[in-house]
Amino acid sequence: MMTRRRLLAGTATLTAMAGVAILARPAWATVEATEAAIGAFTGGKTPEPGRITLTAPEIAENGNSVPVTVEVDSPMTEGDYVASVTILADGNPNPEVATFHFTPLSGTAAATTRIRLAKTQNVVAIAKMSDGSTFSDRKEVKVTIGGCGG
Amino acid sequence: MATPKPRVKVPKKASAGEIITIKTLISHDMESGQRKGKDGNVIPRQIINKFTCEFNGMKVFECDLDPAVAANPYFEFNAKVPESGTFKFTWVDDDGSIYTDEQKIAVN
Amino acid sequence: MNKRTLAALVLLCASPLFTAARAEPVAETLEIDGEAMITEAPAPKDPPGHPFDVVKSGWLYREPDTRAMEADSFENPGMLNVERGEEVWNTVEGEAGKSCASCHGDAAKTMKGVGASYPKWNAKAGKPFDIELQINACRTAQMKAEAYKFDARDQVDLTAYIKHQSLGIPVKIDLSAGDMMSWWQTGKDRYYLRTGQLNFACASCHEKNSGNYLRADHLSQGNSNGFPTYRLKQSNLVSLHNRFRGCVRDTRAEPPKAFSDELMALEVYVAWRGEGLSVETPAVRQ
Ligand code: HEC
Ligand code: HEC
Repeated sequence: MMTRRRLLAGTATLTAMAGVAILARPAWATVEATEAAIGAFTGGKTPEPGRITLTAPEIAENGNSVPVTVEVDSPMTEGDYVASVTILADGNPNPEVATFHFTPLSGTAAATTRIRLAKTQNVVAIAKMSDGSTFSDRKEVKVTIGGCGG
Repeated sequence: MATPKPRVKVPKKASAGEIITIKTLISHDMESGQRKGKDGNVIPRQIINKFTCEFNGMKVFECDLDPAVAANPYFEFNAKVPESGTFKFTWVDDDGSIYTDEQKIAVN
Repeated sequence: MNKRTLAALVLLCASPLFTAARAEPVAETLEIDGEAMITEAPAPKDPPGHPFDVVKSGWLYREPDTRAMEADSFENPGMLNVERGEEVWNTVEGEAGKSCASCHGDAAKTMKGVGASYPKWNAKAGKPFDIELQINACRTAQMKAEAYKFDARDQVDLTAYIKHQSLGIPVKIDLSAGDMMSWWQTGKDRYYLRTGQLNFACASCHEKNSGNYLRADHLSQGNSNGFPTYRLKQSNLVSLHNRFRGCVRDTRAEPPKAFSDELMALEVYVAWRGEGLSVETPAVRQ
């Protein structure tokens, strides 16, 4: 098991390393920027909890490639389907990550991709249904990094 | 960067109305526009910004990608197969290039 | 670099590297597309003195998502490079107007098991060859083409394509050929040599601390059976010598030169340490 100390060290290393080599000194996305992106996607509505499940690792071995899966509970018929799901990350240079668009031909509203997370942060997924209602789920992903190079 | 190469995994057969799983992968650096090169200058952004999957001309699944999608973008999603036909996959690059792949499926 | 970042770096790289955390490697079997791999094997007995009773694949030390990525050849992005390697195999280059396939035909047949037996003594050169050097020998002597530069994309992808033909086959090198034993000995000496500001040998991390965490990294035995390996960090396939150089750089020592005898001796010795493990190329690591 991972100790708390190891987690802290990992996070701090990433921040230090990112400042030096990986990133060109970005302003990190803030929680406010993420809230603004949520508002832009939902049309100002506050998404409700439920119906959408976001699966992401508790600990990502490398922030360069973190698998995330979204699944939304929906009959996926012409009259009632999931229109889109957006994924946001509140600790990246920009909160936007990816937006999936589904149709009744998708069969089920589920998708997996691999994303970049610059540090430990919250990943948020918001689903927009064909009737305009919105739902969200969020997970914290701890991002660790190893030795000083390697 | 070498020319991006798509890989797609679609079952060859399905029964009518069956929901199948599709996996896709394409080689691409997904240069985020956030990294500095050895010369200290920011490497300009160049990513795949859109992925689409159609079946017999009908939209099945799409994704808008931002620079936070990992290099060599991977997607796994589902599709309902009403009849025999062809899946068409399209990846759109920031530089305007379009990469495509097609896979046939038979409904029995 | 501002002062604070520098201070943070110095602190992190100089403070206790190995955390108290320790974890056994997972007790799981790796099946790649349903094909079982040997990820644990009794250590080779000849020559005597192997430090472990059981040699273990680095796969056993990775997190579940990284392990899953290797277990499905479709989800493994390293397979994109293997497919590129196949194109290189079939491409005519050089004045002789030949491709690898012109002489070696279908790699699935002619290269099966070859990657598992390298490095291998090359009598003509009077030294061990790894797959990379053998490719360059064929390019210059047989194809009248230029040798690849160290870590050229085509070199890495072609090496992965050749090694992938041995997927699942246990690593076994011939130490009785030529002067292999003296290279093994040189490699061994290098493995235990402490270098750099941190004064670490390979063995400090991969033997004494194998199973411990180096900050976030669960330290493995440092075996070479998965190379070239897809690393999430680089989002690309990484050669064995690139990994060796990275590990040496981590100790703040000057990494050995590309294609140097020092790296080749290490490759001979490290391959022996992992004998019995399946070739996993392209493995997936963090
Ligand atoms: C400061 C600690 C450290 C030292 C010293 C070190 N390594 Fe490593 N090495 C690592 C870490 C961390 C990894 C990645 C995690 C793992 O597999 O152990 C690694 C990985 C490896 C791997 C890849 C294992 C795999 O399964 O993919 C090989 C091979 C390797 N090291 C060889 C060496 C050799 C040879 C030396 C000496 C020249 C060396 N290392 C010195 C820290 C070290
Ligand atoms: C004109 C014919 C010819 C061409 C072209 C050629 N080779 Fe070879 N290759 C040989 C011969 C002959 C040998 C065995 C003698 C030697 O080691 O040189 C050999 C040996 C090898 C071996 C070692 C096999 C073993 O069992 O140890 C490998 C690996 C190899 N070649 C890879 C390649 C690759 C990769 C290419 C393309 C870049 C290539 N060869 C192009 C003729 C060729």
